[in-house]
Amino acid sequence: MSNDSQDRLERPASESGAGSLRLMSRTTYFKELVLENLFLLCAFVAVAGVVLIFAFVGVRGWPVFVEIGLWNFLSGSEWSATSGEFGILAPIYGSVVVMAGALILGTPLAVGTAIFLSEIASPRVRGIVRPAVELLAGIPSVIFGFFGLLILRPIVARMTDGLGFGAITGWIILAIMIVPTVATLSEDALRSIHPGIREASYAMGATTWQTIRRVLVPAAKIGIIDAIILGMGRAIGETMAVLMVLGNAPWIPGSFSEPIATLTTQIVMDMPYASGMHRTALFGMAIILFAVSMLLVAAVRMLSRLQTAITGER
Amino acid sequence: MDKRVANAIALTALWVSALTTVAILAAVILYVFVNGISQLSLEFIFTWPHGVNSEGGVWPTIVSTLYVTALAMLIVTPVAVLAAVYLAEYAVQGRLVGMIRFAADSLASVPSIVMGLFGLALFVEAMGIGFSMLSAAMALSFLMLPIVMRTTEEAIRAVPKYIRWGAYGLGATKWQTVSRSVLPAAMPRIITGIILATGRAVGETAVVIYTMGQAINLPLTPLDSGRPMTVHLYLLAMEGINLPAAYGSALLLMIMILAFNLGARYFLRRSSRRT
Repeated sequence: MSNDSQDRLERPASESGAGSLRLMSRTTYFKELVLENLFLLCAFVAVAGVVLIFAFVGVRGWPVFVEIGLWNFLSGSEWSATSGEFGILAPIYGSVVVMAGALILGTPLAVGTAIFLSEIASPRVRGIVRPAVELLAGIPSVIFGFFGLLILRPIVARMTDGLGFGAITGWIILAIMIVPTVATLSEDALRSIHPGIREASYAMGATTWQTIRRVLVPAAKIGIIDAIILGMGRAIGETMAVLMVLGNAPWIPGSFSEPIATLTTQIVMDMPYASGMHRTALFGMAIILFAVSMLLVAAVRMLSRLQTAITGER
Repeated sequence: MDKRVANAIALTALWVSALTTVAILAAVILYVFVNGISQLSLEFIFTWPHGVNSEGGVWPTIVSTLYVTALAMLIVTPVAVLAAVYLAEYAVQGRLVGMIRFAADSLASVPSIVMGLFGLALFVEAMGIGFSMLSAAMALSFLMLPIVMRTTEEAIRAVPKYIRWGAYGLGATKWQTVSRSVLPAAMPRIITGIILATGRAVGETAVVIYTMGQAINLPLTPLDSGRPMTVHLYLLAMEGINLPAAYGSALLLMIMILAFNLGARYFLRRSSRRT
């Protein structure tokens, strides 16, 4: 979809050597050139944003990697501000456990919804379900947290004979929250499949389900994996909703119904009173979160490049 | 198993998953509405909280939220729209554009807590702006930037080529074509994108908590601090001493979000019918 060569700025007549044919005056040419570079500068704000985040969060967090060491920081199981022990194994474990459970619960729901929207729903039903999915994406995480705290937590508490603060409640809330991300992107992937492929499958007598399972899902595989990876990013980075339902105990719990902390919730819990190396360690955790989210984005880009290489499309 | 039976079972499962998604949305919205509706009154909206937040209304938090959101929108709109103009109209596919796109995707997936700490480190502390509407708005605008950029770029790309050809054919320069023909044609979808991104900013919590502060204050200048509705709701819910006010705040927040989302949808539909 790149722009045609005709869209480029034409050079003024004197420079292009076209002689008598004046395409534009020198003033216009310079005005256009200045504008183009101004727009480029605006686009570069995005790059500047990423660099600034790395620089400013990085400078604050860097000492923790130097003084404690990256490996000790990541693998230390003790997190205690009073004794000066800053190992983030427990919150890493929490983030991974909570994210994995949310993906297991949320992915089937999201991909099912996506397949429903692209293959089964009539335009009228689609007109209801699609806006619902989009609205779900717009609901603030603090409201999900509030809902989880007051509705889900008591239910989980009754079922597990505990307080209800813990990974299980977090799984359910996060699963709901990643549905819109995964569903919208998976639906895009399914819709971008050429209709001829569907027709060929139906023409051979396949049922809708056979077409979905044997033809469409394999064809949209990479797009769906992309969607799940981005859902993963959303789950790891989610803060307020999980903060309100996890209970936030900075150690590795014995079961999924006991309080647990993630990287994000540990930062919010400790930030109000942290100082010195404690605060540095929190910024160190933020760098790790940022690096993970960028790695996931990079993985998605690699995959789509892979797809281009395989199919020669897109 | 007969393929027709398998088909019927699978289709039922797909229906169930879609209906579950809709039911979850309905449950969350209904829950907030049913519990919050009895709290809503003009008094609740227009008075200050007093005591230890145990009584009174939420007026300063509403003002803080609207203030910071409007400011963030003003900051992000020109930059994001012009950036999208560059990507859609001027850019030639290359390493530079690849880098810009990667950066925009990365910004879009930055965890909000990281954005909050970034805002704290850069705007509040390094630049010395302090906890303020301006710090919060700038941090929020980095969050909104990729959203507005993406929707605007899509809107511009959706403008048919022949509109550009018409302008070029009349001797218009590149900028004249973009500013007089392409942008007006793409405007409804651009505005929709801005409204949606703004709705996102209204619901944001972790970013503003570290850039705006938590003190209850009615902001007048951009350098004033305040407490946005989301943070107020979080604190009320966790303190648990005034749940009715928490329900009321949640409902107000939900109404605002729904207004932004449905408003964007209505706006888009109305303008697409007209053309």
